[in-house]
Amino acid sequence: MTLPTTAPRPTRSDRRPADRELPRPGWGRFSKLDTKASPYLYIAPFFILFGIFGAYPLVYTAWVALHHWEVGADTHTFVGLDNFTKILSDSDFWNAVYNTVGIFVLSTIPQLLLALVLANALNKRMRGRTFWRMGVLIPNITSVAAVSIVFSQLFGRDFGFINWILHFFGVQPFEWQAYKWSSWIAVSTMVDWRWIGYNALIYLAAMQSIPKDIYESASLDGASSRRQFWTLTVPMLRPTIIFTVIISTIGGLQLYAEPLLFNGGTNPFLGGTLRQSQTVTMYLMEQFFGRFQFGDMAAVAWLLFLLIMIFAGINYLITSRLERSDKKSSKKRGGTR
Amino acid sequence: MTTTAVRTPRSTPTPPAPKRRGRDMFAATPLTYVMIIATVAMSVFPLYYMIVVATRTNDTVASIPPPLTPGGNLGSNMSRLLNNENAQFLTGMMNSALSSLMVTVSVVFFSTLAGFAFGKLRFRGRNKFMLAILITMMVPAQLGVVPLYMLMNDLGWTGRLPAVTVPFLVNGFGVFMMRQYVTQSVPDELIEAARVDGCNTFRIYWSVVLPALRPAIAVLALFTFMAQWNEFFWASLAMNDPSNPTVQISLKLLSTGYYNDYAQVFAGTLLSILPMFIVFIVFGRQIIGGIMEGALKA
Repeated sequence: MTLPTTAPRPTRSDRRPADRELPRPGWGRFSKLDTKASPYLYIAPFFILFGIFGAYPLVYTAWVALHHWEVGADTHTFVGLDNFTKILSDSDFWNAVYNTVGIFVLSTIPQLLLALVLANALNKRMRGRTFWRMGVLIPNITSVAAVSIVFSQLFGRDFGFINWILHFFGVQPFEWQAYKWSSWIAVSTMVDWRWIGYNALIYLAAMQSIPKDIYESASLDGASSRRQFWTLTVPMLRPTIIFTVIISTIGGLQLYAEPLLFNGGTNPFLGGTLRQSQTVTMYLMEQFFGRFQFGDMAAVAWLLFLLIMIFAGINYLITSRLERSDKKSSKKRGGTR
Repeated sequence: MTTTAVRTPRSTPTPPAPKRRGRDMFAATPLTYVMIIATVAMSVFPLYYMIVVATRTNDTVASIPPPLTPGGNLGSNMSRLLNNENAQFLTGMMNSALSSLMVTVSVVFFSTLAGFAFGKLRFRGRNKFMLAILITMMVPAQLGVVPLYMLMNDLGWTGRLPAVTVPFLVNGFGVFMMRQYVTQSVPDELIEAARVDGCNTFRIYWSVVLPALRPAIAVLALFTFMAQWNEFFWASLAMNDPSNPTVQISLKLLSTGYYNDYAQVFAGTLLSILPMFIVFIVFGRQIIGGIMEGALKA
């Protein structure tokens, strides 16, 4: 694969002759240097910039996490894993984990299910396709900060739009920020509003690549369109569903701006006076703004990374199992293929 | 083959359906339209409501039933916003515009350059370098914030524009995306022909590869610009000088300090999404195409 460019490569050079040495009078030396050095020159900016602002901080986080390191202090004492044990025995940390995972589950499952159903609708033949697609994607282009501000007002206690709708059903003015479960619902609503359309477009792309004749034979067999959706479309989307689940896991567990701005107040990083909606990332920021501890902050960053890895793994296993059992049962139920 | 109505031209009349109704499952039913219209309505409503509140006075906002039509107070709300010294909204807009522009140009340039090298040039360690880039895409940004913040502090950049610009000048996703496009859309013959004509490698990049990548560049540029304009997490840490915010930090300052003046805050959110909205109206088709094509490659 990575042979020097000057070596004759009988088979491969036929297929990929792009940078084969070609005789050019007077160019010889420069051209050779050009073909040899150029690739490295072209990838160098990425690796230099990423090395300084991406890789170095990643590695250094591990070092900081092992020290007692106050913001602005000159000396840092090595404390081993003390920061980790301190964080792990802090009930506020576990509360943040609970909130993060709770909001994640509450938002992701409806989000992906609704996106699937919406994609199926968008996959029909209809007029004004681009218009509808733009219509469902528009929430995604708005910034989280703007979304959170608008939804906080919509969920407001006295003059909020949602409480106004609810009062028609006899519900008293309700303070959404005050309780864990209601904060979770409000924050999940913001997340879903922003991401359903985006995920629907991803599913739509995958649906369009499913060959149509599978559906023909299924309907000849008498399968209703609802049954076709669950036994044909969904299993065929398996790789795409796994992809969206993993992406949502990574994004969802880093949730930050929505709960922060939803439950603002004087110390917004707490997510409410009783930490109703404090997520792990907010807890991470609290170590900085509230407690001035770089060491603890780095430890929380590692724990968050670990949490994401664990959940990405679990969700990968669940989705791939679910889909497979779906496929098996569809075969048992009369073999649509 | 002829039993399907899908994609069958008008000339062949649909044969009598042997099954019940709904045989042509790709035709939109009224239910489909109801569902999509409802979704679009819910997608647009919060944005519409933003306009309503931004154009009303605070008295009408704080009333039951909530106002549902725009008013005529946008001007005074905007002037209150723009003169608000604690939010520095204009500075925020300028900072975000500058930073987003610089990041977009840089990401496009470096991603196409590296993507070209990975897609079309041979060099020792190519696969290993590419793998390294793919791994960097997996790691969440939060993991590195502490040392990055210290670094910015040492450089004296905290609270200033370079802090929210320089760390974003390259990204792995861009390199990966451009590599995919270069591999698919630039034929080797084209590059070889350019070499025969005596082009050096940079010349090939500039006059052969870049023009061929134009559609992909548009998509990458749009995504990068939007992501940068909307970036919140890192800015909330690094832009710690309230007199020099990005637009998202201006919004945060507004919403935490002025929660009683909804009209002003909403005028701010409206102004902050206006550039994104214009980009979306003009390039919506490309953005949708980019998301859908990206989905197929993943």
